[in-house]
Amino acid sequence: MRNIWTICRKELKSYFASPVAYLLLAMFAIIWGFFFWNAVGIFVSFSMQSQMMGRSMPMDLNEMIIRPLLMNTSVIGLFLIPMISMRLFAEEKRQGTAELLLTSPVRDMEIIIGKWLAAVMLYGALLAITALNFIWLFAYGKPDWKPMLVGYLGLLLQAGALLAIGTFISTTTKNQIIAGAATFGVCLLLWVFEWVAGYEQAAWAKVMAYMSVVSHFEPFSKGVIDTKDAIFYITLTFFGLFMTARSLESLRWRA
Amino acid sequence: MIKVEGLTKRYDRTVAVNAIDFEVDKGQIVGFLGPNGAGKTTTMRILTCFMPPTEGTASIAGFDVQKQPQEVKRRIGYLPETPPLYPEMEVEEYLTFVGRLKGLPSAEIPQRVKDVAERCAVADVRKKLISKLSKGYRQRVGLAQAIIHNPDVLILDEPTSGLDPKQIHETRDLIRSLAAAHTVILSTHILPEVEQTCDHVIIISRGSVVARDSVANLTSRLRGAEAIAVEVTGRNQDQLDVGAVRQKLEQIAGVSRVVLKSSNDHGHHFEIESLQGRNVRADVARSVVESGWDLNELRPVAVSLEEIFLELTASEKATEVKQ
Ligand SMILES: Nc1ncnc2c1ncn2[C@@H]1O[C@H](COP(=O)(O)OP(=O)(O)OP(=O)(O)O)[C@@H](O)[C@H]1O
Ligand SMILES: [Mg+2]
Repeated sequence: MRNIWTICRKELKSYFASPVAYLLLAMFAIIWGFFFWNAVGIFVSFSMQSQMMGRSMPMDLNEMIIRPLLMNTSVIGLFLIPMISMRLFAEEKRQGTAELLLTSPVRDMEIIIGKWLAAVMLYGALLAITALNFIWLFAYGKPDWKPMLVGYLGLLLQAGALLAIGTFISTTTKNQIIAGAATFGVCLLLWVFEWVAGYEQAAWAKVMAYMSVVSHFEPFSKGVIDTKDAIFYITLTFFGLFMTARSLESLRWRA
Repeated sequence: MIKVEGLTKRYDRTVAVNAIDFEVDKGQIVGFLGPNGAGKTTTMRILTCFMPPTEGTASIAGFDVQKQPQEVKRRIGYLPETPPLYPEMEVEEYLTFVGRLKGLPSAEIPQRVKDVAERCAVADVRKKLISKLSKGYRQRVGLAQAIIHNPDVLILDEPTSGLDPKQIHETRDLIRSLAAAHTVILSTHILPEVEQTCDHVIIISRGSVVARDSVANLTSRLRGAEAIAVEVTGRNQDQLDVGAVRQKLEQIAGVSRVVLKSSNDHGHHFEIESLQGRNVRADVARSVVESGWDLNELRPVAVSLEEIFLELTASEKATEVKQ
């Protein structure tokens, strides 16, 4: 445990010692802020309209603002996650510090989990910014906070899975740009896979659609914890971390 | 302390290390000497559990590098060829991180960091970012990192590369001072380093051990005899025939080899090697003078490890020496 925390803390410090963390925070805050005010704008004009027509349709903050925003966050995450995970191992290989880590009395898995945890925590920090925006909604309306919590849990699970895959990809190269680009490609594919379900019913299409990370997020955005989807993310996470461990091992053989 | 048996490492096709054996006792400083690409780094990486061997075994303090890597890693300090530094960290922060990584109790770390920083002369840059350090300072931080957890065995891959002469001197002193409590194995291709720092030497060439002995023994055993340098000139500015002089010198009893070093119209420089235990200086002097030539110079030359090294690693003779 201590070793995991040692690695994790070092990794977090590196994120914040370089512009990476700040850049991500700023980008996320701006993009997400835009989505947020957009959603609020639409909501306001909608409620104006329904008032003028004299109908008092029950307006649901959760359904109209929070859910679409959570879905959007899930997609924005696909673009940011490669930037978080790309340096994890690629940079250690390039700097030669891998030699320090791999010859210290620390298990490979402790190194991997420490690094992955730091990445998840940075992503958590990004999500925390979005939560600040939601506080506005509580000031002006009465959204239900439970589905929001479930939504954030889903976002974290999704990020955990993609970051694990990104960590694995980062072990395969010394060049973090290559690691980032490859991870981005994988994230994008895992998103668009769900499209095949729109026109194809065959088994392979079902498998592909099942692999789509965003479609598994949908129930979470509605505030529903579906074990099937949680298991999907957790399995993907384990798979990614396991592959990372195998890759480190083969790195030792080839080094 | 270190025991290596039949160690072999193959990369796809290249055999980097080929069935080497050696042993290092507690408290020794061993120089691992070899030309570029000899397999020094590869051997050290196996000893430090960075990579597994293809064949053979290696153990440190009785723990096998493949079966009990955690035990081995706890007992070694390793300075790789390029010091493993994080540029975004400050020196003190970095040493603290390594201390934790090596499993030192948190309470001891600040004191240890202070100690090694002083010992490796990096105390004055404690608060500096590593990215802003000069190469020499980085090397010293690398060394500090290797000794922070007071390991039994120190494995240093070219510890003095990139240092200025004064720092080289200080680093060698440091390494020697460490030897009391640690077993040290250091690689280098700089010969004086071995002569000055180490008490034992392992010479490795193209993946095989070609010699291993104490530095003193090796120097004397390989060329039991001394060599002498002489300069012979013709009397009264006469021309002097090289062949004639050489022939004369070679006829002296006890002389094993005569090497022409340089020659011009007036004089010739030779290096004369003699058989073990024979002092031929007087005979050479007499012989030259009796032939009617002038002896301008006669001095003994020490056989340096460098010559031995070149001889061992450059030729097939290597195999003979091993026996
Ligand atoms: N990752 C690798 N893949 C393939 N071959 C390698 C690899 N690393 C080293 N080699 C080869 O193994 C041999 C030994 O290399 P090694 O780095 O151990 O030499 P060295 O004695 O440390 O040399 P130097 O004095 O230059 O540091 C060389 O022929 C080298 O080309
Ligand atoms: Mg080397």
